Amino acid sequence: MRGLLILIAAFAIVWPAFALEPGEALKDPALERRAREISKELRCLVCQNQSIDDSDAPLARDLRRIVRERLAKGDSNRQVVMYITARYGDFVLLRPPVKPVTWLLWFGPPLLFLIGAGGLVWRMRRRRRARQTAPEPLSDAEKRKLRRLEQPEGGET
Amino acid sequence: MSGNSTPEPSLKGTPLKRSHLFFFLPAVVFLAVAIVVAWFMMSGRDPQAIPSALLDRPAPAFSLPALAGLDQGFSRADLVGQVTVVNVFASWCTPCLAEHPSIMQLSKTPGVRVFGLNYKNKDDQALAWLKRHGNPYARIGADRDGRVAIEWGVYGVPETFIVDRTGVICFKKVGPVTPQVLSEQILPLVKALRDKDCRTLKAGQG
Repeated sequence: MRGLLILIAAFAIVWPAFALEPGEALKDPALERRAREISKELRCLVCQNQSIDDSDAPLARDLRRIVRERLAKGDSNRQVVMYITARYGDFVLLRPPVKPVTWLLWFGPPLLFLIGAGGLVWRMRRRRRARQTAPEPLSDAEKRKLRRLEQPEGGET
Repeated sequence: MSGNSTPEPSLKGTPLKRSHLFFFLPAVVFLAVAIVVAWFMMSGRDPQAIPSALLDRPAPAFSLPALAGLDQGFSRADLVGQVTVVNVFASWCTPCLAEHPSIMQLSKTPGVRVFGLNYKNKDDQALAWLKRHGNPYARIGADRDGRVAIEWGVYGVPETFIVDRTGVICFKKVGPVTPQVLSEQILPLVKALRDKDCRTLKAGQG
C-alpha cells in the first residue's frame, strides 16, 4: 500500500519536459522567463510541429541561444521575434499573424461554424412553421386515388 | 402494368423539389474538396518546404573564414559582380553527397561560380570529403558554429542559393540539387542572370 502511494506520488511530481540544456539559461530570471516565452512561440524549422523551446534539434538550440543573446543585448521581445522572422519568414511563428493571406486561416473555421449554425436554425424554423400550418386539403385527383385504394380487392372498375 | 387505363400519378411530371437537391450537397462538397486536395498532391509541391524570407532581397551581411589550409573564405562583398551559387554543405550530410555530381557539373558551367558554405563541419573532415569526391567550390567559407547559415535562413543541409551580380538572392533550393532541378531550374536561371539582374528578370516575367 505504502509502495503504491510512493509510486503515485512519483508520477505526480513530474517536471514539465523541455529541451533547454544546462548552461543555456540566462542568469537573470526575468530575462530567462522572457526567453522561454519567446521560444515557445517560435517553430523549430527542422521538426516543424514543435517549438524551439521543446525541440532537441541542433538548429533549435542555436535559435534559443540567439534569442537569449539578443535579449541580453537589450532587445525587446518584438525585436527578437522580428530578427528571427526576417531570416525565416512568418513560417517560424507558431501563431501566424493576422493579415490578408492568413484571413482564411483565422476566420475560416468561425465562418464555417456560422454557416452551419445558420443553416441549422433556418431548417429548424422552417420545420416548425410547417408543423404549425394545417396541411392543405386533398386535391380532386388525390381524393379519387384514395377512394380507389380504400376499395376492397377486386372491386376495381 | 402500363396498360392500365387510369394513369398513375407519375413522378415524371412532378418537378424535383428544391429540398431534394440539398441531398446532393454533401457529395458535391466532398467532390470539390477531393479535387482541390488531389490538385495539391499532384502539383508536387512540398508542403514542408518553407518559403524563404530572403528571396529577392540582398544577401545578408556576413564574413566567413577559409577552411584551415585553404586560402579564401568569402563575405557579402565577394558575391557582387558575378552570378554566384552558394551551396550549403557538410561532409556529414548524406544528401550533399547525392547532389555532389550536380554541383560539380554546375561548377564547370561558364559564367557562374560556386561558393561553398561549409556548415558545422570539422575542417579536416570537410577537406577530406572534398579531396575524395572533388572540389567544385571556387571559395569555401567555414561556418563552424552555423551562425552565418542562420543569417541565410538555412534550416537543413543541403541548401542552394543563386545570387545575382548585384548580390540579390534570386532562388533557393532546400534539399539536394537533383539533375532535374539543375537542368530545369538552376541552369536556365543562372544563364538568364548573366546579363540581367534578378529584379528586372522577374519584373519581365511578371
